[in-house]
Amino acid sequence: MTLIHLAIFLPVLAAIVIAVIYRYVKDVHLGWFVLPIPTVIVAYLFSLVPSIANNQVFHHTLNLMPRIGLNFDVYIDGLGLLFAILISGIGALVVLYSIGYLSKDEKLGNFYVYLLIFMTAMLGVVLSDNILMLYFFWELTSISSFLLIAFWFTKDKSVYGAQKSMLITFFGGFMMLGGFIVLYLITGKFSIREMIANVDLITASPLAPLAAVLVLLGAFTKSAQFPFYIWLPDAMEAPTPVSAYLHSATMVKTGLYLVARFTPVFAFSELWVWLILITGLVTLCWASFNAVKQDDLKGVLAFSTVSQLGMIMSLLGVGALAVSSGANEQIFTVAVVAAVFHIINHATFKGALFMIAGIIDHETGTRSMGKLGGLLVLMPISFTMTLITALSMAGIPPFNGFLSKELFLEAMFEISNANFSALADWSILFPVLAILGSIFTFVYSIKLIHGIFFGDRTHDTPKEPHEAPALLLISPIILTLLVVIFGLFPNILSGTIIDPAAMSILGTDTALNTEISHWHGFNNPALWATVAIVVIGTALYIFRASWMFIYDYHKEQFTLNHLYDQGLIYSQLGSAKATDSVMTGFLRDYMVYIFGFFVVIGIVTTFYTGLPITFDDFADVGIQDIALVIIMLVSLAVIMMTRSRMVSIIMLGAIGFAMALFFAFFRAPDLALTQLAIETVTTTLFLVCFYHLPKKSKHEESMQFKFTNFIVSVGVGAIVILFGLSAYSNRLFESISQFHIDHVYDLAAGGNMVNVILVDFRGYDTLFETLVFGIAGIGIYALMKAKVSRKDDDNEEHA
Amino acid sequence: MKSTLKRAGYSKVQRQMNDVFIHFTSKVIFLIILLFSINLFMAGHYTPGGGFVGGLLAASAIILLLIAFDYETVRKMIPVNFHFIITLGLTLAIVAPTLLFFFGTPFFTHQHTYINVPVFGEVAVHTAMLFDAGVFLTVSGTALMIVTLVGGTDE
Repeated sequence: MTLIHLAIFLPVLAAIVIAVIYRYVKDVHLGWFVLPIPTVIVAYLFSLVPSIANNQVFHHTLNLMPRIGLNFDVYIDGLGLLFAILISGIGALVVLYSIGYLSKDEKLGNFYVYLLIFMTAMLGVVLSDNILMLYFFWELTSISSFLLIAFWFTKDKSVYGAQKSMLITFFGGFMMLGGFIVLYLITGKFSIREMIANVDLITASPLAPLAAVLVLLGAFTKSAQFPFYIWLPDAMEAPTPVSAYLHSATMVKTGLYLVARFTPVFAFSELWVWLILITGLVTLCWASFNAVKQDDLKGVLAFSTVSQLGMIMSLLGVGALAVSSGANEQIFTVAVVAAVFHIINHATFKGALFMIAGIIDHETGTRSMGKLGGLLVLMPISFTMTLITALSMAGIPPFNGFLSKELFLEAMFEISNANFSALADWSILFPVLAILGSIFTFVYSIKLIHGIFFGDRTHDTPKEPHEAPALLLISPIILTLLVVIFGLFPNILSGTIIDPAAMSILGTDTALNTEISHWHGFNNPALWATVAIVVIGTALYIFRASWMFIYDYHKEQFTLNHLYDQGLIYSQLGSAKATDSVMTGFLRDYMVYIFGFFVVIGIVTTFYTGLPITFDDFADVGIQDIALVIIMLVSLAVIMMTRSRMVSIIMLGAIGFAMALFFAFFRAPDLALTQLAIETVTTTLFLVCFYHLPKKSKHEESMQFKFTNFIVSVGVGAIVILFGLSAYSNRLFESISQFHIDHVYDLAAGGNMVNVILVDFRGYDTLFETLVFGIAGIGIYALMKAKVSRKDDDNEEHA
Repeated sequence: MKSTLKRAGYSKVQRQMNDVFIHFTSKVIFLIILLFSINLFMAGHYTPGGGFVGGLLAASAIILLLIAFDYETVRKMIPVNFHFIITLGLTLAIVAPTLLFFFGTPFFTHQHTYINVPVFGEVAVHTAMLFDAGVFLTVSGTALMIVTLVGGTDE
């Protein structure tokens, strides 16, 4: 347990505190209590920057289950640190912003608890070296994202968006787990660093492409790449601080992180490179093209986020070429530097833009572009910030977006010049797609500025617009200042943060000494590309009325959303049908299914493998055993004969107590004790069930029904006895009891082996059994309560 | 409990329920069972017993009271919410093994030591005990909740 482990878990510990205190905090906004946490973490992380810049890495381990390799290994290198700083830094700004954004009437306790859980999950994802822990935190981010999107859960659209994001990201996460397992099968390691060290094994393995595709599915769903991007626009139903934080600055970048982290592992594979490159470029173009037609302010930003993520993804693809081909290394390291730089830049300008969108929503009451206009005079500060950040997004100098976009265009030109066997004839496509995407990026950026702040005031807004209070403005102002500072002085980042991160992606130790400059001379094609983008983009924006009709050709039934909705509807119908066909509502039918299946499987197994039974090692049967068996048989017979429920229950109890006596005779006092206690409680439970039981029917069951039940029950009895005997006769493994007997005192300092196994040796089992017990209790509670409330509904209907 | 049986048509039972003998003896036996269950729980690490059995016995002690009296009376005697007991138990069960990180050992590697307590002499102190207490509380809370719910007295 080191400081960095504590830093990762600090938010979740704070979440527990918040969950307790939020009822008592009424006068002060809860956010003020949350704000110090990300601030402390980001301060701590900044203290690590100098060491990381000197090529140092930190590696701390916390043993969870060392035997199976599940340890919480924290590994901090440039890449992890960059993301961690983004997470906690933007987190602090977002919490500050949310204090102004969410009023005290909202369920702030829920909001901050989810947000803090998310912070821990994100820090865990980017700082874990162990892929199992990575997966755990990865899914935790999906869960907290789901909860935050559904924050206003009374709105149908929120619930729809939350479900969509959950289904898609969980699908990807699950695929990724499969990829991780394949990687484990190849290397036998759960640690990413050890995988990189054993990369020859992966290169040689025929399973590697499978692992690559599965891991990429995880990355693409999370980072909203084509065709999985459809969840992100619907996730915009979340409160705006959440959109700014999760769905633009941090969570959607975990896919990029994953790709970057696994670049040294998979870069040898052409499949990996081309999948990333092409998916990234297609996403860039498609999403920026679609962003132009959006009317919802946050919709524009959502599609814009998708397209920017595609752009970074494609850069990582080019970067992977550097690792795999080895040739033209200088060219491709530029791509990695651009990717890292753009991750930072995108977080700053898109975070600010989302916050401004929230401000506009907050102050005017609408996010519809059609209803907004002419706010320049009324909201001058917001306008200035939008101008700077949107121009940065469009790639206009001197802001930081220009620098990374130019690096991006350069990389795309270089790759078209470089000669690759696979796609040599098509390589001209890369710069073309890149420029196309950038043109539409320019168009929607200008549309944002012009549509909101210029033109005539529409007076359609539900609220009378005015400038936002200072509390809402601080966070976007800080981000906007960063946009300007990084734009003017990019090299304060290059040596300290970008280079270490790029080096960990490339997997090298040689310093890169990146210098980012604004001016590369007239010979640079990227310069002319930028000029072309601005000229064509402006022209397209001015004449938008004459070409916007092409969006009408994109009919509803051809969209991915339509496919998703239909898939959801039909899978629900299908599963309902399948369930209805077997679920009759009678417990006895289910028993027949379960036991019948057991009998069939038992018979098939016996048929194929045989059941060798020896009678050598059996104990003598004493008079007391015979007496007990007779008691049990008589009780059983009575249960089957009697028509009184009371008698049945008492006889069932008798069987249970006879069983307990059996345990006692066979010197298993723990079992006997437990059996007695359980029998007592269940008998009481049966008694109280009386009230709920239906009236006994006089109906006689058919012979066929009775016969089936007879066959199944005799089959189950016979098979259990045979299996028991066979298991006793054959020992495939050395029994573990001797280990327990030997070590019950020296390892666990206990005397009672059974209990030591329960709480210590196999404590995990007990932990989860306890959990199951609790869940079962809560489930029964919900069932009983649901029944009661349905009764109430019926009564209302009748009345 | 009583009302349940009455609704089920066991009117004769009701007369028995007002029996002062049952009321009195159940209170005494309740105490004995509860003490025994605590004994089982405490001694579990060395002799038969443990959190699960202890919890079940504690639950059955309270169920005895429920049979002798009715839900409302028992509620007044033991004013604790069963949900709270379950939550507390689950929290203990997960917190106890997590705290072991502070000893620098893996999850679920329990620690123990011996301390001298006046009257009792040398006593073993286990972190496993905390975990077992979680099991105890969850089991007893769940058993009680199910019985009272199914008994329909919680409505």
